[in-house]
Amino acid sequence: MATLRMRRRVMRLLTSRPASIAIYFVLMWGLIELALKGAEAMGYNWQWYRIPQYFYTIGDSGITLGEIPWGLVGTITLSTLAFGLALAIGLLVALLRLSDLIVGRAVARIYLEIVRNMPLLVLLYVFYYVFGPIFGLDRYSASVLCLAVFHGALMSEIFRGGINAVAKGQWEAAKSIGMTTAQIYRYIILPQSIKFMLPPMTGEVVNMIKSSAIVSVIAVVELTTIGRNIISDTYMSFEIWFTIAAVYMAVTLIISIFASYLERRYAVQD
Amino acid sequence: MVVGLPLPKESAPLSDSPLIIDMRNVAKFFGPFQALTDINFTVRQGERVVVCGPSGSGKSTMIRCINRLEEHDEGTITVDGIELGEDTKDIRAVRQEVGMVFQQFNLFPHLTVLENLTIGPIRVRKMDKAAAEALGRKYLERVHIPEQADKYPSQLSGGQQQRVAIARSLCMEPRIMLFDEPTSALDPEMISEVLEVMVELAESGMTMVCVTHEMGFARRVADRMVFMEAGRIVEEAPPQAFFTNPKSDRVRLFLDQVLEH
Repeated sequence: MATLRMRRRVMRLLTSRPASIAIYFVLMWGLIELALKGAEAMGYNWQWYRIPQYFYTIGDSGITLGEIPWGLVGTITLSTLAFGLALAIGLLVALLRLSDLIVGRAVARIYLEIVRNMPLLVLLYVFYYVFGPIFGLDRYSASVLCLAVFHGALMSEIFRGGINAVAKGQWEAAKSIGMTTAQIYRYIILPQSIKFMLPPMTGEVVNMIKSSAIVSVIAVVELTTIGRNIISDTYMSFEIWFTIAAVYMAVTLIISIFASYLERRYAVQD
Repeated sequence: MVVGLPLPKESAPLSDSPLIIDMRNVAKFFGPFQALTDINFTVRQGERVVVCGPSGSGKSTMIRCINRLEEHDEGTITVDGIELGEDTKDIRAVRQEVGMVFQQFNLFPHLTVLENLTIGPIRVRKMDKAAAEALGRKYLERVHIPEQADKYPSQLSGGQQQRVAIARSLCMEPRIMLFDEPTSALDPEMISEVLEVMVELAESGMTMVCVTHEMGFARRVADRMVFMEAGRIVEEAPPQAFFTNPKSDRVRLFLDQVLEH
């Protein structure tokens, strides 16, 4: 009896906010300590002071952006283009799968199975080394298309789930006033499926940004490629990879915060 | 348009008005289960028909075939001169003339009440927004909730939602209205406000086919009663004969059960 009460009291203390924050800091400090000790043991020479120049330099003509911000611009441009295309592919494939067209459904299924069962890296090689020469794709187009095709498959499942989540009665009501299938999707179904699709779609945006790093293997200019380039010049692999990781995290965290704001806004509607 | 023009019963004998719904030898299957068997069902313009019967008897399926929310497997269905088949243009033409009110209201939750009413006229009838809104407000007035135009469906009571659903159908100015158990999902105190709107609609001369268990309503407005069981029409009769002297025992049993209360 007494021990049970004790245990509860300890649990309450451990799960309280100040205790959680304290535990968090102790863990983080431990990790950093471990990394620093490890680096020290192998005689790593930390040169953090050399990092800021890769963000910006202040010269006579004012502030000049360094390589890392340009790499970030590359990552964001690439991800945005690929995301837009993936959205279109995803919606099209989802509509095909939900359609009455037997051929359309089959094509959609085959596409999904191929993409879902192939590593992204292999898909990129296919686009760059196979489709590249055949269709005359440069490395940038090949990267955008590869990412769009890969994430389009995942997004089509999100679209399909969101569309199916809308009550069946909505279809019947819209049909009964004589709307066409296209009108029903546009005015009735898709607007209602947004709130079901937002959370997983945000996850896909974050995934897209992270997987865009893979195009560094075919030397398309983006954040990870920039990181590799700087390291090959300076050998500061610890500082640069920590920095690049932090930049990715900052971007994806901002997206997550924006998304949770959007979710709240759409949730208010009903 | 029939709506809004009171059509006194006496002036137009129903037996003279043209057939507007004509179902012949209709059968419908859900997989191996036969939901409708040899349905011959006609409705004349201006006629009010109430369809009743035990649950699972095919009442809903039958009226859902009229606007092709269900596809029939055998027989022919002709609505307002158009035979229902694979042609999607024909189907949409029929749907524009046939309003439907559902048990679960099925209002569009992301649109305001007024937008629910105007989306059909604007997108399907290609009416301009101002005209559609005027039309929407007119029908909102007719279902006695003009003040709810800017609310969302979830802010209304069940009875109000169902009246919005009726107004939404009327905004398409249909020639026929189908009601699929319109009061079955309502709290008891809200049933009468919906029935009142339906009675007014019947009195305005609208052609109506109602699946309902509201026998008081049926007695009051129906020109004809249809009783279904196991996917067949068992009995068809004017309300007077149907309620006082049903031919089949099955109808008598059913009436005993629903009229007991």
